[in-house]
Amino acid sequence: MLDSKIPSGSIEKKWTERKFENKLVNPANRRKHTIIVVGTGLAGASAAASLAEQGYKVKVFTYHESPRRAHSIAAQGGINAAKNYQNDGDSVQRLFYDTIKGGDYRAREANVYRLAEVSVNIIDQCVAQGVPFAREYGGTLTNRSFGGTQVSRTFYAKGQTGQQLLLGAYSGLMRQVAEKTVELFSRHEMLDLIIRDGKARGIVTRNLVNGDITSHTGDAVLLATGGYGNVFFLSTNAKASNTTAAWRAYKRGAYMANPCFTQIHPTCIPVSGEHQSKLTLMSESLRNDGRVWVPQKTGDNRNALEIPEEERDYFLERMYPAFGNLVPRDVASRAAKRMCDEGRGVGSSKLAVYLDFAESINRMGEAKVREKYGNLFQMYEKITDENPYKVPMRIFPAVHYVMGGLWVDYDLMSNIPGLFVLGEANFSDHGANRLGASALMQGLADGYFIAPYSVGNYIGLQKLAAIKSDDDSVKATTQAVKDRLEGFKKIKGNQSAETLHRKLGKIMWDHCGMARNEKGLKEAISQIKTLKEEFWNTLWVPQNDHCLSSEIEKAGRVADFIELGELMCLDALERKESCGGHFREEMQTPEGETLRDDANFSHVAAWEFMGDKPKLHKEALTFEFAHIAQRNYK
Amino acid sequence: MKLKLKIWRQEGPSSPGKFVDYDMDHVSPDMSFLEMLDVLNVGLVKKGETPVEFDHDCREGICGSCALMINGNAHGPETGTATCQLHMRRFKDGDSVIIEPWRAKAFPVIKDLATDRTAFDRIMAAGGFISTNTGNAPEANSILIGHDTAESAMDSAACIGCGACVAACKNSSAMLFVSAKVSHLAQLPQGHPERAKRVRGMVTQMDNEGFGNCSNTGACEAACPKEIKLENITRLNREMVRAVFKD
Repeated sequence: MLDSKIPSGSIEKKWTERKFENKLVNPANRRKHTIIVVGTGLAGASAAASLAEQGYKVKVFTYHESPRRAHSIAAQGGINAAKNYQNDGDSVQRLFYDTIKGGDYRAREANVYRLAEVSVNIIDQCVAQGVPFAREYGGTLTNRSFGGTQVSRTFYAKGQTGQQLLLGAYSGLMRQVAEKTVELFSRHEMLDLIIRDGKARGIVTRNLVNGDITSHTGDAVLLATGGYGNVFFLSTNAKASNTTAAWRAYKRGAYMANPCFTQIHPTCIPVSGEHQSKLTLMSESLRNDGRVWVPQKTGDNRNALEIPEEERDYFLERMYPAFGNLVPRDVASRAAKRMCDEGRGVGSSKLAVYLDFAESINRMGEAKVREKYGNLFQMYEKITDENPYKVPMRIFPAVHYVMGGLWVDYDLMSNIPGLFVLGEANFSDHGANRLGASALMQGLADGYFIAPYSVGNYIGLQKLAAIKSDDDSVKATTQAVKDRLEGFKKIKGNQSAETLHRKLGKIMWDHCGMARNEKGLKEAISQIKTLKEEFWNTLWVPQNDHCLSSEIEKAGRVADFIELGELMCLDALERKESCGGHFREEMQTPEGETLRDDANFSHVAAWEFMGDKPKLHKEALTFEFAHIAQRNYK
Repeated sequence: MKLKLKIWRQEGPSSPGKFVDYDMDHVSPDMSFLEMLDVLNVGLVKKGETPVEFDHDCREGICGSCALMINGNAHGPETGTATCQLHMRRFKDGDSVIIEPWRAKAFPVIKDLATDRTAFDRIMAAGGFISTNTGNAPEANSILIGHDTAESAMDSAACIGCGACVAACKNSSAMLFVSAKVSHLAQLPQGHPERAKRVRGMVTQMDNEGFGNCSNTGACEAACPKEIKLENITRLNREMVRAVFKD
């Protein structure tokens, strides 16, 4: 059993206790320690800026040309915080409980409570930085609702909340770059982790502009490298989002936890053809005012406006009257899939349901709807060439987020000492399903308010010997990176990494997507093994790698995705229960809801790399403070 | 539909570049412009030719990575649209399409259509922030900001930093980019303590990076995918005057 190092005592006091127990580092000594931060999204940028403010020497790496391009920028709807500004019964306790329940009782209680606790500080911090959150006429902050809750606790900046929060964190980071406390390496991709004496001491990077392979050493390494949803090829992730940093850490011994926990978001713009390169999300916030429906009759080919009110099935409102259109994402996605499976899907592909704003436009007028959701409506129109103010949106579930990630303890440290994992890259807070507007909250909680404490404690406890660039561990890791790149060049096949990636995506979506079963997962594992051979026999990359080359970048990322895909299927196969986004068809209630097996699966599954056969470690999940029950949104 | 592409190919920052012609068949009107380039690149790889490099990432018009000059228009023919949001239904069968990188001294070409826009980061580092350390913040609702002010600040803050304003400007001026940040922060009470220092720092850095001056043609506003308004430049000028009188 894995030890998550949760402080003892009542849940309200755990974090306060831990902060008090932590070792401190004298401000004058902090500048002697180098902290390496990989990734500049919400978690990475906020951690790097906060650690630099404390006085550490920070080196920060991103494969983007600028930290501001990290994919946190694309988050739309909002960020949760237990401020209870709406006087509607919210509290830290309730945000904690909603998150545990939303995650179908597969998250670690102590972490979730701390997340809810610091959520209120995040809003203060962001407002101080100048984030232009939406406001009431009297000047106070306003809120909207998200799925899986019955209170209004989501703060937002139009449909661009992620952009504004990231620009806030980025501005704090650039301020430290100007102060020379942070050294910024843009267009640098981490390709391996340097471990010496069992501790994480650095990384090896490729300069994407000129192909140089370089090592960077320090006292701790923070991975804030995002999620791996692109293993499905089509997802709402940005094109470059990948698993390589996390997967390289896994190959060096870090455990990968609950890799099969994937979030399929119910409201995305449907696939339009074979050329499709990515999917676009329509924010969950739209379900505040949009109503989801399909025709009552199967095979109804009339267009939406011709279908009279009494022949429509507002299925979420019918099935879940208490939460209505705002049920959690996994529940809404499965319901939409069921409607399409029944032959009631809409649009030319029949793989879509309607999200209709007619009633809201009648109620509050088009101008108000435009103020709340204007940019989302505009995005929809650009992609589909349809005007959502006039006809309902067509939406379908798509891969959006991964709850799985590298295993971390309460202090966000992996099983490799000195390797911290933040944000979507770790597994810790969302269980088997993340609630809307909680990803931004977790990324910033980790970066602003948790890592700066736990990294300091780690540094305070260590007596680390200096590590030079000619150290054996540095030389060997650097050489391994070079050898792997040479390996890609030697194949000299005729398929682009992208072509192979699409094949992987199809296997994953068909067998490890919204519904999974034993036969399909076994089939997927064997297909992935074949695909892996195909990759290593038919890949083409340019021979010149001393320049900008997206083919070389993609080759490494796709090779890692293929290996990760296999582990995800194995994890899904081993977890013989349904929970949150992990729906095993063999395990469901008569109404088609998830059926957990708490007796056998109330644990985190953490996988250790062991060559061909990964080893499973478990962390028991116990619920002392949240009342464990079957999720019910009816 | 069929298209004739003329694409700028350039091996590296110091190599000379040239236009290369590519014929595209079977372009679907539902494809995005970048998906059309993906198809071109997959085809080039099949033939063992080096694909065309271009910056892109989120493909939903928010990360600001994509940056193509299409038939002489920054981000192409449609207003309020980033390259990644442009769809092929805006083109006709048989069209010729000329694709170039941003052309500006301060944005050197890295390869083909990818340019180096880190000058924007350095301008941000010269003052595009509010100096507040983590942990310093007062309770959020203790700072009151009226609804309309917050909305107006948000409109300025919506800039994605793509550089289309620079590419569209005959002087390669970065005034719209700089003014969007200056006016976002100048409209909010949190931004007031540093407003003079901020505007001076950012404008000085802009000049040092080699961006040109603003001559108020408004080409930047017309090209901006987020429809950032010229009134931001007016606000920046007011902030500059204010900063001078403060001295």
